[in-house]
Amino acid sequence: MAGMAVAILDYNAGNVTSVAHAVRRLGFDAQITADHDTIRAADHVIFPGVGAAATCMQVVRERGLDVALKEAVESGKPVFGICVGMQLLFDHSDEDGGVDCIGLLPGRVKRFELDDPTLKVPHMGWNPVRFVDGEPIARDLVGAADTACYFVHSYYCDPDPSVEVIATADHGHAFCVGVRKDNLVALQCHPEKSGPVGMSILSSFLEAN
Amino acid sequence: MALLKRVIVCLDVRRGQVTKGVKFQGNVDLGDPVEYAIRYDEQGVDELVFYDITASAEDRNLFLDVVENVAASIRIPFSVGGGIDSLDSMRSVLLAGAEKVSLNSPAVRNPDLLGKGAAAFGAQCIVLGVDAKKVDKTDAIPSGYEVVIQGGRTPTGLDVLQWVTEAEERGAGEICLNAIDTDGVRDGYELTLTRMVADAVGIPVIASGGGGEPSHLTDAVTTGGADAALVASMVHYGDYTVEQIKAEMAADGIAVRVSAQP
Repeated sequence: MAGMAVAILDYNAGNVTSVAHAVRRLGFDAQITADHDTIRAADHVIFPGVGAAATCMQVVRERGLDVALKEAVESGKPVFGICVGMQLLFDHSDEDGGVDCIGLLPGRVKRFELDDPTLKVPHMGWNPVRFVDGEPIARDLVGAADTACYFVHSYYCDPDPSVEVIATADHGHAFCVGVRKDNLVALQCHPEKSGPVGMSILSSFLEAN
Repeated sequence: MALLKRVIVCLDVRRGQVTKGVKFQGNVDLGDPVEYAIRYDEQGVDELVFYDITASAEDRNLFLDVVENVAASIRIPFSVGGGIDSLDSMRSVLLAGAEKVSLNSPAVRNPDLLGKGAAAFGAQCIVLGVDAKKVDKTDAIPSGYEVVIQGGRTPTGLDVLQWVTEAEERGAGEICLNAIDTDGVRDGYELTLTRMVADAVGIPVIASGGGGEPSHLTDAVTTGGADAALVASMVHYGDYTVEQIKAEMAADGIAVRVSAQP
Protein backbone atom coordinates (compact mmCIF):
# COMPACT_ATOMS: atom_id res chain seq x y z
CA MET A 1 0.00 0.00 0.00
CA ALA A 2 2.85 2.36 0.82
CA GLY A 3 3.92 4.59 -2.03
CA MET A 4 0.39 5.06 -3.38
CA ALA A 5 -0.25 8.52 -4.73
CA VAL A 6 -2.25 10.97 -2.68
CA ALA A 7 -3.38 14.19 -4.37
CA ILE A 8 -3.71 17.11 -1.95
CA LEU A 9 -5.72 19.82 -3.64
CA ASP A 10 -3.96 23.15 -3.92
CA TYR A 11 -6.18 26.23 -3.77
CA ASN A 12 -3.94 28.64 -1.84
CA ALA A 13 -5.51 27.60 1.46
CA GLY A 14 -3.44 27.40 4.59
CA ASN A 15 -2.26 24.19 6.19
CA VAL A 16 -1.77 22.23 2.97
CA THR A 17 1.90 21.61 3.71
CA SER A 18 1.04 20.10 7.10
CA VAL A 19 -1.25 17.57 5.42
CA ALA A 20 1.51 16.63 2.96
CA HIS A 21 3.97 16.16 5.84
CA ALA A 22 1.53 13.90 7.68
CA VAL A 23 0.78 11.80 4.58
CA ARG A 24 4.49 11.37 3.83
CA ARG A 25 5.18 10.44 7.43
CA LEU A 26 2.72 7.57 6.96
CA GLY A 27 4.73 6.35 3.96
CA PHE A 28 2.53 7.61 1.13
CA ASP A 29 3.51 9.74 -1.83
CA ALA A 30 1.84 13.15 -1.38
CA GLN A 31 1.49 15.67 -4.16
CA ILE A 32 0.10 19.15 -3.59
CA THR A 33 -1.59 19.81 -6.89
CA ALA A 34 -4.35 21.55 -8.84
CA ASP A 35 -3.62 19.56 -11.99
CA HIS A 36 -6.67 17.58 -13.07
CA ASP A 37 -4.69 14.71 -14.63
CA THR A 38 -2.65 14.28 -11.45
CA ILE A 39 -5.86 14.24 -9.41
CA ARG A 40 -7.37 11.66 -11.78
CA ALA A 41 -4.29 9.46 -11.48
CA ALA A 42 -4.21 9.63 -7.66
CA ASP A 43 -5.39 6.74 -5.49
CA HIS A 44 -6.66 9.07 -2.77
CA VAL A 45 -7.69 12.72 -2.80
CA ILE A 46 -7.49 15.07 0.17
CA PHE A 47 -9.25 18.46 0.11
CA PRO A 48 -7.71 20.25 3.12
CA GLY A 49 -7.71 23.84 4.17
CA VAL A 50 -7.80 26.71 6.55
CA GLY A 51 -9.11 30.01 5.32
CA ALA A 52 -12.11 32.15 4.52
CA ALA A 53 -14.89 30.47 2.54
CA ALA A 54 -15.34 33.17 -0.12
CA THR A 55 -11.66 33.42 -1.00
CA CYS A 56 -11.26 29.65 -0.97
CA MET A 57 -14.33 29.07 -3.20
CA GLN A 58 -13.11 31.66 -5.67
CA VAL A 59 -9.78 29.86 -6.14
CA VAL A 60 -11.49 26.45 -6.18
CA ARG A 61 -13.66 27.61 -9.11
CA GLU A 62 -10.81 29.36 -10.93
CA ARG A 63 -8.83 26.12 -10.87
CA GLY A 64 -11.82 23.93 -11.68
CA LEU A 65 -11.24 21.97 -8.48
CA ASP A 66 -15.00 21.75 -7.85
CA VAL A 67 -15.27 19.79 -11.10
CA ALA A 68 -12.18 17.69 -10.31
CA LEU A 69 -13.58 16.86 -6.85
CA LYS A 70 -16.96 15.77 -8.23
CA GLU A 71 -15.18 13.59 -10.76
CA ALA A 72 -12.98 12.05 -8.04
CA VAL A 73 -16.03 11.30 -5.87
CA GLU A 74 -17.88 9.73 -8.82
CA SER A 75 -14.85 7.60 -9.68
CA GLY A 76 -15.25 5.85 -6.33
CA LYS A 77 -11.77 6.60 -4.97
CA PRO A 78 -11.50 7.69 -1.32
CA VAL A 79 -11.87 11.48 -0.95
CA PHE A 80 -11.27 13.31 2.35
CA GLY A 81 -12.37 16.89 3.09
CA ILE A 82 -10.74 18.60 6.07
CA CYS A 83 -11.92 21.77 7.88
CA VAL A 84 -12.75 24.36 5.21
CA GLY A 85 -12.39 21.46 2.76
CA MET A 86 -15.35 19.86 4.57
CA GLN A 87 -17.40 23.05 4.69
CA LEU A 88 -16.99 23.78 0.97
CA LEU A 89 -18.51 20.38 0.12
CA PHE A 90 -21.91 21.66 1.29
CA ASP A 91 -24.42 23.80 -0.62
CA HIS A 92 -23.87 27.09 1.13
CA SER A 93 -21.79 28.81 3.81
CA ASP A 94 -22.96 31.79 5.85
CA GLU A 95 -19.34 33.03 6.08
CA ASP A 96 -18.32 36.27 4.31
CA GLY A 97 -21.94 37.37 3.92
CA GLY A 98 -22.98 34.09 2.26
CA VAL A 99 -21.13 31.95 -0.26
CA ASP A 100 -22.45 29.24 -2.58
CA CYS A 101 -20.20 26.23 -2.22
CA ILE A 102 -19.57 23.03 -4.20
CA GLY A 103 -22.82 21.31 -3.26
CA LEU A 104 -21.68 17.70 -3.13
CA LEU A 105 -23.52 17.41 0.19
CA PRO A 106 -26.89 18.99 1.10
CA GLY A 107 -26.71 21.39 4.03
CA ARG A 108 -25.26 24.70 5.09
CA VAL A 109 -22.38 26.07 7.11
CA LYS A 110 -23.26 28.29 10.07
CA ARG A 111 -21.38 30.44 12.55
CA PHE A 112 -21.22 29.46 16.22
CA GLU A 113 -23.66 31.77 18.04
CA LEU A 114 -23.13 31.02 21.71
CA ASP A 115 -24.81 32.62 24.70
CA ASP A 116 -22.23 31.43 27.21
CA PRO A 117 -19.50 34.12 27.37
CA THR A 118 -16.92 31.60 28.59
CA LEU A 119 -17.19 29.73 25.28
CA LYS A 120 -14.90 31.34 22.75
CA VAL A 121 -15.18 31.68 18.99
CA PRO A 122 -13.04 30.66 17.10
CA HIS A 123 -13.49 27.19 18.57
CA MET A 124 -9.78 26.59 18.89
CA GLY A 125 -7.97 23.73 20.54
CA TRP A 126 -8.44 20.07 21.41
CA ASN A 127 -11.94 18.70 21.74
CA PRO A 128 -12.99 15.08 22.33
CA VAL A 129 -14.82 13.64 19.31
CA ARG A 130 -17.55 10.98 19.38
CA PHE A 131 -17.31 8.74 16.33
CA VAL A 132 -20.19 6.47 15.38
CA ASP A 133 -19.57 2.74 15.71
CA GLY A 134 -18.18 1.10 12.62
CA GLU A 135 -16.86 4.27 10.98
CA PRO A 136 -13.81 3.10 8.98
CA ILE A 137 -11.60 6.16 9.60
CA ALA A 138 -12.02 5.66 13.36
CA ARG A 139 -11.51 1.90 13.26
CA ASP A 140 -8.33 2.03 15.37
CA LEU A 141 -9.81 4.44 17.90
CA VAL A 142 -12.30 1.94 19.25
CA GLY A 143 -12.01 1.98 23.01
CA ALA A 144 -9.41 4.74 22.94
CA ALA A 145 -9.53 6.68 26.20
CA ASP A 146 -8.87 9.96 24.46
CA THR A 147 -10.20 10.88 21.04
CA ALA A 148 -9.45 14.59 21.29
CA CYS A 149 -8.69 16.21 17.94
CA TYR A 150 -7.43 19.68 17.11
CA PHE A 151 -9.98 22.24 15.87
CA VAL A 152 -9.63 25.78 14.56
CA HIS A 153 -12.87 27.21 13.18
CA SER A 154 -15.67 29.71 13.74
CA TYR A 155 -18.20 28.01 11.43
CA TYR A 156 -19.58 24.48 11.52
CA CYS A 157 -21.50 22.27 9.09
CA ASP A 158 -25.23 21.75 9.60
CA PRO A 159 -25.99 18.89 7.21
CA ASP A 160 -29.39 18.01 5.81
CA PRO A 161 -30.85 15.02 7.75
CA SER A 162 -30.20 12.83 4.69
CA VAL A 163 -26.42 13.13 5.22
CA GLU A 164 -24.75 10.46 7.34
CA VAL A 165 -23.08 12.11 10.37
CA ILE A 166 -20.11 10.04 11.55
CA ALA A 167 -18.77 12.24 14.35
CA THR A 168 -19.91 14.95 16.75
CA ALA A 169 -18.42 17.12 19.48
CA ASP A 170 -19.68 19.81 21.87
CA HIS A 171 -19.04 23.52 21.85
CA GLY A 172 -22.01 25.16 23.55
CA HIS A 173 -24.11 22.56 21.75
CA ALA A 174 -23.42 19.30 19.93
CA PHE A 175 -22.25 19.97 16.40
CA CYS A 176 -21.40 17.87 13.37
CA VAL A 177 -17.68 17.05 13.17
CA GLY A 178 -17.74 14.45 10.42
CA VAL A 179 -19.87 13.20 7.55
CA ARG A 180 -19.67 10.34 5.08
CA LYS A 181 -21.29 9.63 1.73
CA ASP A 182 -19.90 6.37 0.39
CA ASN A 183 -16.27 7.05 -0.58
CA LEU A 184 -16.46 10.73 0.44
CA VAL A 185 -15.59 11.43 4.06
CA ALA A 186 -15.01 14.79 5.77
CA LEU A 187 -13.95 16.09 9.18
CA GLN A 188 -14.06 19.55 10.71
CA CYS A 189 -11.00 18.86 12.89
CA HIS A 190 -7.44 18.55 11.65
CA PRO A 191 -6.17 14.96 11.72
CA GLU A 192 -2.80 16.20 10.41
CA LYS A 193 -2.42 18.22 13.63
CA SER A 194 -4.10 15.87 16.10
CA GLY A 195 -1.15 13.87 17.37
CA PRO A 196 -1.39 10.05 17.48
CA VAL A 197 -5.21 10.13 17.18
CA GLY A 198 -5.02 12.15 13.98
CA MET A 199 -2.31 9.93 12.51
CA SER A 200 -4.53 6.92 13.16
CA ILE A 201 -7.45 8.59 11.34
CA LEU A 202 -5.31 9.54 8.34
CA SER A 203 -3.75 6.11 8.21
CA SER A 204 -7.19 4.44 8.25
CA PHE A 205 -8.32 6.70 5.40
CA LEU A 206 -5.19 6.06 3.33
CA GLU A 207 -5.43 2.32 3.78
CA ALA A 208 -9.01 2.27 2.44
CA ASN A 209 -9.51 1.71 -1.28
CA MET B 1 -16.87 16.55 25.88
CA ALA B 2 -16.13 20.21 25.40
CA LEU B 3 -12.90 22.02 24.65
CA LEU B 4 -9.94 20.87 26.72
CA LYS B 5 -7.54 23.24 28.44
CA ARG B 6 -4.26 23.47 26.57
CA VAL B 7 -0.68 23.22 27.77
CA ILE B 8 1.60 25.13 25.43
CA VAL B 9 5.38 25.04 25.45
CA CYS B 10 7.25 28.14 24.31
CA LEU B 11 10.67 27.91 22.73
CA ASP B 12 12.76 31.01 22.18
CA VAL B 13 15.05 30.49 19.21
CA ARG B 14 18.27 32.39 18.65
CA ARG B 15 20.66 31.52 15.80
CA GLY B 16 18.95 28.18 15.25
CA GLN B 17 19.15 27.16 18.92
CA VAL B 18 16.58 27.00 21.71
CA THR B 19 17.53 29.58 24.30
CA LYS B 20 16.07 30.73 27.59
CA GLY B 21 16.49 33.88 29.61
CA VAL B 22 15.11 35.28 32.82
CA LYS B 23 13.11 38.51 32.57
CA PHE B 24 14.31 38.83 28.95
CA GLN B 25 17.99 38.82 29.92
CA GLY B 26 20.92 36.46 30.36
CA ASN B 27 20.05 33.91 27.67
CA VAL B 28 21.68 30.48 27.54
CA ASP B 29 21.46 28.09 24.58
CA LEU B 30 19.72 24.80 25.31
CA GLY B 31 19.78 22.83 22.04
CA ASP B 32 18.16 21.90 18.71
CA PRO B 33 14.57 23.21 18.33
CA VAL B 34 13.48 20.21 16.27
CA GLU B 35 14.63 17.76 18.94
CA TYR B 36 12.82 19.77 21.59
CA ALA B 37 9.68 19.92 19.44
CA ILE B 38 9.60 16.16 18.87
CA ARG B 39 10.18 15.45 22.56
CA TYR B 40 7.31 17.71 23.65
CA ASP B 41 5.00 16.31 20.96
CA GLU B 42 5.69 12.81 22.29
CA GLN B 43 5.01 14.02 25.84
CA GLY B 44 1.56 15.16 24.72
CA VAL B 45 1.98 18.93 24.56
CA ASP B 46 -1.04 20.54 22.87
CA GLU B 47 0.74 23.27 20.99
CA LEU B 48 4.15 24.86 20.60
CA VAL B 49 5.21 28.46 20.14
CA PHE B 50 8.52 29.41 18.55
CA TYR B 51 9.81 32.93 19.06
CA ASP B 52 12.57 34.24 16.87
CA ILE B 53 14.41 36.41 19.35
CA THR B 54 16.95 37.65 16.85
CA ALA B 55 16.20 40.02 14.04
CA SER B 56 19.05 40.01 11.53
CA ALA B 57 18.24 38.92 7.98
CA GLU B 58 20.74 36.09 8.14
CA ASP B 59 19.24 34.68 11.33
CA ARG B 60 15.77 35.12 9.84
CA ASN B 61 16.54 32.60 7.11
CA LEU B 62 18.02 30.22 9.65
CA PHE B 63 14.81 30.58 11.66
CA LEU B 64 12.61 29.81 8.64
CA ASP B 65 14.61 26.61 8.12
CA VAL B 66 13.85 25.72 11.73
CA VAL B 67 10.12 26.33 11.12
CA GLU B 68 10.15 24.06 8.05
CA ASN B 69 12.01 21.31 9.87
CA VAL B 70 9.66 21.52 12.85
CA ALA B 71 6.59 21.37 10.59
CA ALA B 72 7.89 18.19 8.98
CA SER B 73 8.69 16.61 12.34
CA ILE B 74 5.69 17.11 14.63
CA ARG B 75 1.99 16.21 14.58
CA ILE B 76 0.56 19.12 16.53
CA PRO B 77 -0.07 22.79 15.80
CA PHE B 78 2.50 25.48 16.41
CA SER B 79 2.71 29.23 16.10
CA VAL B 80 5.57 31.55 15.33
CA GLY B 81 6.38 34.95 16.75
CA GLY B 82 9.19 37.46 16.70
CA GLY B 83 10.01 39.62 13.72
CA ILE B 84 6.52 39.26 12.21
CA ASP B 85 5.86 42.79 11.01
CA SER B 86 4.23 42.52 7.56
CA LEU B 87 1.87 40.40 5.49
CA ASP B 88 4.94 39.00 3.73
CA SER B 89 6.57 37.88 6.96
CA MET B 90 3.27 36.28 8.05
CA ARG B 91 2.98 34.48 4.73
CA SER B 92 6.55 33.18 4.87
CA VAL B 93 6.13 31.44 8.25
CA LEU B 94 2.64 30.13 7.41
CA LEU B 95 3.98 28.69 4.15
CA ALA B 96 6.88 27.18 6.09
CA GLY B 97 4.26 25.22 8.04
CA ALA B 98 3.20 27.27 11.10
CA GLU B 99 -0.53 27.33 11.95
CA LYS B 100 -0.53 30.78 13.47
CA VAL B 101 1.54 33.91 13.70
CA SER B 102 2.00 35.92 16.86
CA LEU B 103 2.33 39.69 16.60
CA ASN B 104 3.57 41.78 19.49
CA SER B 105 5.44 45.09 19.11
CA PRO B 106 4.64 45.50 15.38
CA ALA B 107 0.90 45.28 16.15
CA VAL B 108 1.27 48.16 18.62
CA ARG B 109 3.17 50.26 16.10
CA ASN B 110 0.87 49.32 13.22
CA PRO B 111 -2.50 48.00 14.47
CA ASP B 112 -3.78 47.66 10.88
CA LEU B 113 -1.57 44.57 10.61
CA LEU B 114 -4.07 42.61 12.72
CA GLY B 115 -6.99 43.29 10.38
CA LYS B 116 -4.93 42.81 7.25
CA GLY B 117 -3.54 39.52 8.55
CA ALA B 118 -7.01 38.29 9.55
CA ALA B 119 -8.42 39.18 6.14
CA ALA B 120 -5.59 37.48 4.30
CA PHE B 121 -5.15 34.34 6.41
CA GLY B 122 -8.19 34.15 8.73
CA ALA B 123 -8.58 35.47 12.28
CA GLN B 124 -7.74 32.01 13.65
CA CYS B 125 -4.13 32.46 12.50
CA ILE B 126 -3.58 35.83 14.13
CA VAL B 127 -2.38 35.74 17.73
CA LEU B 128 -1.83 39.02 19.53
CA GLY B 129 1.13 38.76 21.88
CA VAL B 130 0.88 41.27 24.74
CA ASP B 131 3.62 42.00 27.25
CA ALA B 132 1.90 43.51 30.27
CA LYS B 133 3.52 45.34 33.17
CA LYS B 134 1.86 46.28 36.43
CA VAL B 135 1.76 50.05 36.95
CA ASP B 136 -0.13 52.54 39.11
CA LYS B 137 -3.73 53.01 37.98
CA THR B 138 -4.13 56.30 36.12
CA ASP B 139 -6.76 57.83 33.84
CA ALA B 140 -4.71 56.66 30.86
CA ILE B 141 -4.18 53.18 32.30
CA PRO B 142 -7.29 52.43 34.37
CA SER B 143 -6.64 48.66 34.56
CA GLY B 144 -3.25 49.19 36.20
CA TYR B 145 -1.53 47.12 33.52
CA GLU B 146 0.41 48.78 30.74
CA VAL B 147 1.41 47.33 27.39
CA VAL B 148 5.19 47.29 27.01
CA ILE B 149 7.08 46.43 23.84
CA GLN B 150 10.57 45.56 22.62
CA GLY B 151 10.95 42.72 25.06
CA GLY B 152 9.65 44.77 27.95
CA ARG B 153 12.04 47.68 27.54
CA THR B 154 9.65 50.26 26.14
CA PRO B 155 6.40 51.43 27.79
CA THR B 156 3.65 52.39 25.33
CA GLY B 157 1.14 54.30 27.45
CA LEU B 158 -1.51 51.79 26.31
CA ASP B 159 -3.87 50.16 28.76
CA VAL B 160 -3.77 46.36 28.42
CA LEU B 161 -7.56 45.96 28.58
CA GLN B 162 -8.19 48.66 26.01
CA TRP B 163 -5.53 47.19 23.73
CA VAL B 164 -6.80 43.59 23.82
CA THR B 165 -10.37 44.74 23.21
CA GLU B 166 -9.27 46.84 20.25
CA ALA B 167 -7.15 43.98 18.91
CA GLU B 168 -10.12 41.60 19.06
CA GLU B 169 -12.23 44.09 17.10
CA ARG B 170 -9.47 44.45 14.55
CA GLY B 171 -9.32 40.71 13.93
CA ALA B 172 -7.00 38.99 16.41
CA GLY B 173 -8.13 35.39 16.95
CA GLU B 174 -6.31 34.71 20.21
CA ILE B 175 -4.40 36.58 22.91
CA CYS B 176 -1.11 35.39 24.35
CA LEU B 177 -0.82 37.40 27.55
CA ASN B 178 2.65 37.60 29.02
CA ALA B 179 3.13 39.14 32.45
CA ILE B 180 6.54 40.79 32.43
CA ASP B 181 6.77 40.96 36.22
CA THR B 182 6.37 37.20 36.67
CA ASP B 183 8.12 36.01 33.47
CA GLY B 184 10.86 33.48 34.19
CA VAL B 185 10.36 33.76 37.95
CA ARG B 186 8.38 30.49 38.15
CA ASP B 187 6.28 31.67 41.04
CA GLY B 188 2.88 31.45 39.35
CA TYR B 189 0.98 33.35 36.66
CA GLU B 190 -0.41 36.87 37.13
CA LEU B 191 -3.93 35.66 37.87
CA THR B 192 -5.60 39.04 38.36
CA LEU B 193 -4.37 40.25 35.00
CA THR B 194 -5.25 36.95 33.30
CA ARG B 195 -8.80 36.93 34.65
CA MET B 196 -9.31 40.58 33.70
CA VAL B 197 -8.29 39.92 30.09
CA ALA B 198 -10.12 36.57 29.81
CA ASP B 199 -13.33 38.28 30.93
CA ALA B 200 -12.84 41.22 28.58
CA VAL B 201 -12.48 39.35 25.27
CA GLY B 202 -14.45 36.69 23.42
CA ILE B 203 -11.37 35.01 21.95
CA PRO B 204 -9.11 32.44 23.63
CA VAL B 205 -6.50 33.70 26.10
CA ILE B 206 -3.17 32.02 26.81
CA ALA B 207 -1.63 32.79 30.21
CA SER B 208 2.12 33.27 30.02
CA GLY B 209 4.89 34.20 32.40
CA GLY B 210 5.47 32.58 35.75
CA GLY B 211 4.62 28.89 35.34
CA GLY B 212 6.87 26.94 37.73
CA GLU B 213 4.81 23.99 38.90
CA PRO B 214 1.67 22.17 37.69
CA SER B 215 -0.63 23.82 40.25
CA HIS B 216 0.23 27.17 38.64
CA LEU B 217 -1.31 25.96 35.36
CA THR B 218 -4.41 24.76 37.19
CA ASP B 219 -4.70 28.24 38.76
CA ALA B 220 -4.27 29.93 35.37
CA VAL B 221 -7.19 28.06 33.80
CA THR B 222 -9.46 28.18 36.87
CA THR B 223 -8.86 31.40 38.85
CA GLY B 224 -7.29 33.08 35.83
CA GLY B 225 -9.99 31.93 33.41
CA ALA B 226 -7.39 31.23 30.69
CA ASP B 227 -7.99 28.74 27.88
CA ALA B 228 -4.37 27.67 27.87
CA ALA B 229 -1.19 28.12 29.86
CA LEU B 230 2.25 28.53 28.44
CA VAL B 231 5.36 27.07 30.02
CA ALA B 232 9.06 27.20 29.22
CA SER B 233 11.66 26.89 32.00
CA MET B 234 9.76 24.29 33.98
CA VAL B 235 9.98 21.80 31.12
CA HIS B 236 13.17 22.94 29.34
CA TYR B 237 15.32 22.28 32.38
CA GLY B 238 13.77 18.87 32.94
CA ASP B 239 12.00 19.67 36.24
CA TYR B 240 8.73 18.40 34.76
CA THR B 241 7.56 16.62 31.64
CA VAL B 242 4.41 17.80 29.90
CA GLU B 243 2.91 14.43 30.85
CA GLN B 244 3.52 15.09 34.54
CA ILE B 245 2.03 18.57 34.32
CA LYS B 246 -1.10 17.25 32.62
CA ALA B 247 -1.45 14.35 35.05
CA GLU B 248 -1.45 16.81 37.95
CA MET B 249 -3.90 19.12 36.21
CA ALA B 250 -6.18 16.15 35.52
CA ALA B 251 -5.94 15.20 39.20
CA ASP B 252 -7.03 18.77 39.99
CA GLY B 253 -10.15 18.14 37.90
CA ILE B 254 -9.02 20.01 34.76
CA ALA B 255 -10.05 18.43 31.44
CA VAL B 256 -6.81 18.00 29.49
CA ARG B 257 -5.74 15.79 26.59
CA VAL B 258 -3.84 12.74 27.71
CA SER B 259 -1.68 11.37 24.97
CA ALA B 260 -2.00 7.59 24.92
CA GLN B 261 1.07 6.78 22.86
CA PRO B 262 4.23 8.30 21.40
